Amino acid sequence: MMARQLFGFPGGLVLDDRKDRALHAPIAPVPLPPLLVLPLKQHLGAPAVPVVQEGQRVHFGQLLARAADGISASVHAPADGEISFIGLHPVPDDSGLAQPCIGLCTDETSAYEEEEFVDDISLTDADLRERIAQAGIVGLGGAGFPSAQKLTDTPVKWLIINGAECEPYISCDEALMRERASAIIEGAQILARLLRPQQVLFAIEDNKPEAIKAIADACDETAIEVVVIPTKYPSGAQKQLIQNLLGFEIPRGKHSVDLGVVMYNVGTCHAIARAIAHSEPLVRRIVTITGDAVERPGNYEVAIGTPIEFLLQHVGVKTTQLRRLIMGGPIMGIALSDHTAPISKLSNCLIAAGPGELDESLNPRPCIRCGDCVEVCPASLLPQELHWHIRAEQYARAEALDLRACIECGACAYVCPSQIPLVQYYRHGKAVLAEQAAARAAADHAKARFDAREARLAQARTRRQQRKTAQAAAMGASPIGAVDATVASALASNTGAATTPSEPITTASETDANANNISTNNRINNSSTDKPVIAQHNDRLADVLAAARRAKEKKQQTASPTVTGTDPSDENAKP
Amino acid sequence: MTLAISSPHRTRGERVGSVMRMVLYGTVPGMAALMAFFGWGTMIQVWSCIWFCLAGEALVLALRGRDPLRELQDWSAVVTGVLLGLCLPPYAPWWIAVSGSLFAIIVGKQLYGGLGMNPFNPAMVGYVFLLISFPVSMTAWTPPMTLAANPPGLFDSFFLIFAGETWDGRSLQALRAGLDGFTMATPLDHLRTDIANGQMISEVLSQPVFGAFAGYGWEWVNLAFLLGGGLLLQQKIISWQIPTGVLGGLAGSAVIFYVWNPDAFASPVFHLFSGGTMLAAFFIATDPVSACTTPRGRLWYGLGIGVLVYLIRTFGGYPDAFAFAILLFNLAAPSIDRYTRPRAYGTLTERPQEPAP
Repeated sequence: MMARQLFGFPGGLVLDDRKDRALHAPIAPVPLPPLLVLPLKQHLGAPAVPVVQEGQRVHFGQLLARAADGISASVHAPADGEISFIGLHPVPDDSGLAQPCIGLCTDETSAYEEEEFVDDISLTDADLRERIAQAGIVGLGGAGFPSAQKLTDTPVKWLIINGAECEPYISCDEALMRERASAIIEGAQILARLLRPQQVLFAIEDNKPEAIKAIADACDETAIEVVVIPTKYPSGAQKQLIQNLLGFEIPRGKHSVDLGVVMYNVGTCHAIARAIAHSEPLVRRIVTITGDAVERPGNYEVAIGTPIEFLLQHVGVKTTQLRRLIMGGPIMGIALSDHTAPISKLSNCLIAAGPGELDESLNPRPCIRCGDCVEVCPASLLPQELHWHIRAEQYARAEALDLRACIECGACAYVCPSQIPLVQYYRHGKAVLAEQAAARAAADHAKARFDAREARLAQARTRRQQRKTAQAAAMGASPIGAVDATVASALASNTGAATTPSEPITTASETDANANNISTNNRINNSSTDKPVIAQHNDRLADVLAAARRAKEKKQQTASPTVTGTDPSDENAKP
Repeated sequence: MTLAISSPHRTRGERVGSVMRMVLYGTVPGMAALMAFFGWGTMIQVWSCIWFCLAGEALVLALRGRDPLRELQDWSAVVTGVLLGLCLPPYAPWWIAVSGSLFAIIVGKQLYGGLGMNPFNPAMVGYVFLLISFPVSMTAWTPPMTLAANPPGLFDSFFLIFAGETWDGRSLQALRAGLDGFTMATPLDHLRTDIANGQMISEVLSQPVFGAFAGYGWEWVNLAFLLGGGLLLQQKIISWQIPTGVLGGLAGSAVIFYVWNPDAFASPVFHLFSGGTMLAAFFIATDPVSACTTPRGRLWYGLGIGVLVYLIRTFGGYPDAFAFAILLFNLAAPSIDRYTRPRAYGTLTERPQEPAP
């Protein structure tokens, strides 16, 4: 372990971490519940697509839902059993909405099975990638990005293993590092083999001495460099950890991989090692269960899909003491209202907070511009100014002050002496900006379609005009050609009169469609199928009338001009 | 007020009141020094100002349909009262404190929308209002008690403030006489007028109203406020940038002129420990609501105040000038903030470095 120069990051704060409660005992397994609920979306990207039917028997590790196209990850059965339902069920997220899940009734006898051990040395790189992709592994640190899709083909410069775990209460990664260091390093070695980085860094906060020792021992005789970083929230956030270790920022709009940095959480490394060596897909994870209302706090190995109420029962929650249930840490976690929601791949911590443990009510006062929030902001923003602008609904100004750079770490709201729920303001501001951007995109899209239609109509007009001129030129050989031209123009203006009534209808319906696009953004498909039909209809009508005109012209060799004075080129002109 | 439950679920809690109270504790050494040198007057002024600030605040809050009991618990009105009271001449008549407090709170603060909304420091708004409206009363500082011919006691102080003369009928003017019988002005006043009369600094400073390195008594008052300011810094109630800027700006300007002509310009130490320097640098300029909010901006804001104070003290029409300097820079604070924003994460395109070997 070498002392490495750290670059630090601005802001941040030292918190009372209260991790010890859950760390007094080793990781303990939790028995399988009678029903597992597996959300189809436990990752960033598109929900997985079910490949099983209700009532189907499945066995441990069987694929239940395959990864959708694009960014997605598959879902596997954590136990033998029978699919009881495929449908909506509460999930642990902040929307509070039920989402599509697969229910799995587990067998009485079902138990974890150790699969045969595979030596990763014997596998090719392509095999390794395939196995990681098949195992449904996602970033277990919280982001949930499908791990296989972070494995670029081109070599990276740095592979960073994130063992910082900076948020208070959470200790699942620390427990993993203490007890299963060799498996984590094994996973890291596999990643290093695939990504071919020039340097592998393993970052751990200095408040985890036991984990540092275990990892340093496991890293012996490997190329992995253990870096001990000072305890400062949010040192485990990807951008801040990269800044701390490597001294540069990820420019806005870029990803870390664009700069040659790929980061994996220790839990993800462990899952990858399991997936390669034991052919075990991601079906269980370590969850810290803690809080004043918990009788037996600790780190538990839980099958993904285990309902939270089952877990709470298992660890002994004093229901009379329970004030609030948090999924995640106390600073960034989400409050759960529905205890039937399951543990997902991203559930790292469950806090059953007792009385007075968390803020039970907010009592905000006006901002006194003390600037405490500026000091702790890791993104070097001006949280107080963002808050004023969002309060005043000046979203564009908030955007100009780089609202998007906010990582919602909550450090500002934590220190705010006026107890202003700043993060809520930023989320609101971001949501409004996203809405406005969508509306702008829809309006631009509608405008582009309108312009394209105008161009198309103009083109059709020119075509017809050219045809008429050509005919007129052909007829021009006869002495009565001039008269014919007049007739043609008269007929053309009649044609115009005939087409005109349908024209405003089209325009009106299109204007409606535009308005709807701006407000709802989902009528584009309907209206884009409607409109061309009418446009085509108009074109057809014009063609038919032109044909009739040509026929008339053939029949009538002589005719007297009846209508004059209308510009034949102006199809839209009203007579 | 209960909001939708959102992260963070744990905070340091609502601390506006405790921050304000800490500011009050910080003023204790300075207030004690003022009372030690100038008698009971300061205490009476501070008490009057506190009560009238609270009364004014409660009145407007009630008119605005707010809950005065809850909002008064932010202690900001008390801080305004204390700061205004500390700035007043100790034996100014009672209506000075009353009108100043009410103007500070009602016009300087509540008319803008109350706590957090006022662009100007309320205590300084009140002070300048008084200074412009009642210049005679506002410049009637008595000499330090040991230099005074007739130092007033507690009883006399009450009569002086609330009835205009002491029990035995002496007026404020009589109390302002020094041991030699002449009316004594503040050290900064002396410095100003005597230098204008063509005296040299060394001659001026030999008068009894001057002490070891600044005005007699005033140097201790300033040291005491410096001590209290240190407490605020240590408790992280105020940031270091503003006091550093103010003191740096003032001392820096003083050094330039002092080096150029030490006979005509007072030393930086004199300026740092005269008048309201430390009170203003640590307690008044640092009022977060009306100051800059960006770290760099705060330094510029402080520097500007320091330089401006020196210029007004030396070349302007007032012996001390913190109130004007602070109000002027309150006005400039939003612009300073605008140009001193920190660079947000990810807004600089930097080439990544090569991995270290």
